[in-house]
Order: sequence, then structure tokens, then C-alpha cells
Amino acid sequence: MAIEVRIPTILRTHTGGNKTVEGSGDTLAALVDDLDAKHPGLKNRLVTEEGKLHRFVNVYVNDEDVRFTGALDTQVKDGDSVTILPAVAGG
Amino acid sequence: MLRIDRATYDAIVAHAREDHPDEACGVVAGPEGSDRPERFIPMLNAARSPTFYEFDSGDLLKLYREMDDRDEEPVVVYHSHTATEAYPSRTDISYASEPNAHYVLVSTRLHGEQTGLAGDEVEFRSFRILDGVVTEEDVEVVDSYLFGHTPTTVVYD
Repeated sequence: MAIEVRIPTILRTHTGGNKTVEGSGDTLAALVDDLDAKHPGLKNRLVTEEGKLHRFVNVYVNDEDVRFTGALDTQVKDGDSVTILPAVAGG
Repeated sequence: MLRIDRATYDAIVAHAREDHPDEACGVVAGPEGSDRPERFIPMLNAARSPTFYEFDSGDLLKLYREMDDRDEEPVVVYHSHTATEAYPSRTDISYASEPNAHYVLVSTRLHGEQTGLAGDEVEFRSFRILDGVVTEEDVEVVDSYLFGHTPTTVVYD
């Protein structure tokens, strides 16, 4: 068992074109580190230099926006499903 | 170039007029890789603002899940500017993250109190936004996608 992660079009350059990848970790931060080890560059696209989630992306764990569940500290476990989507916004 | 059918074009313009002076936003989905904007999906501007728009995060997830189930992608991502020209702002460029999408900008800055008055005009322009670079493209309005391409097309540039 692992955590399934859905990757948006814009980030598929890091995953060899794959729409979904698998990873592991106890928290979203650990999962992102694990994904970055397998798909270098991915973390940079998701996390700022200050260690926060970019405002340009939305991350959901089992359909719950992680902004409301502790952001990168959100707990994850095997069998969870994580979805990454680009925010659609502008001025 | 963006090819879009008349009904969808009109629906985008109508949505922009309706929500004026707040920005209107939405997507036209189409089969993946087809470059055909077929399914008009107006979205709620969760910011309800005359200077900013954003899809609600729950709506966004639902939208992408639905497109995924139908093997669709966002062919057009549209929003309106209500006081400035129909050209991507710096914020628009920084957020743009659909490499295959046509970014449609509609401006209602010349939109009067009432639709249809003299001088009432809505600008409609389309852009590609890739890695921070904006490229404007022609917009071709076709009668319908459903019955093949008709000879009566109008090219706006």
C-alpha cells in the first residue's frame, strides 16, 4: 500500500508524463520529500523557500483542502489519496 | 488560434455582463488533446471582487474530477476585467498554469449600465500563457462544432 498522488498537467514534466504517482510518509511534508526524491524538482513547485505551500497550488487529502487541515503538517497514511491542482485565479 | 462556437462565445460574454462590476470566471472543457472548447462551465468567483477572481477550492476539485472522468481538459479558461483592457494582468500571468489552455480575457470596461445601449461594447481576446510569456492569438467564431465547419466564420483579431 502507498499513497496515490494525482499530478496536474503542468507538473507532469517532473513525473515523466504520469498522471498519478505513489509515495509514502506520515505527513504531507514527508510525502512531498519522498516524491521529490523520486521526481526531482517537484518539491520546488509545491513548497516555497520559507517552507510553506505555494499559493498557486491546491492540495487535497481525500478531498479535503489541506489549508484547513494543517497544510504541510497534515497527517497522511497508506491508502490515502492526494490530489494536487493548480489554483485557478488572477486579477 | 482559438476556434470557438458562437453559442459558447455569447455565453462567456453574457456571464461577464451579468457579473459586472465583479469579475466573472469559468472554463470551457473539451476532449483531451482535441483543442475544442465544447462544454461551457461558468464558475463562481469565490473572491466576489472587481479586481480579483478565484475558483473556490471545493468547486475546483469537483470540476477537475468531473473533467477527469470524462477525459476532458480545460480548453478555455476565461475571466473578465471590469475596469481595464482585456489583457492578462501580472497576477493572471503568475497564476496561469494550464499549458494547453487558451486564456480568454473579456473586458466589460465599456459596458454600460444596461446591455445594448449605444457604445456598449465587450472586448474578447485570447492568449497563451506559458512560463510567464503571453502570446495573443486570433479568435475564430464558428457557427457550430456539431455540424462540421461552416463557411460562415468571422475572424476577430
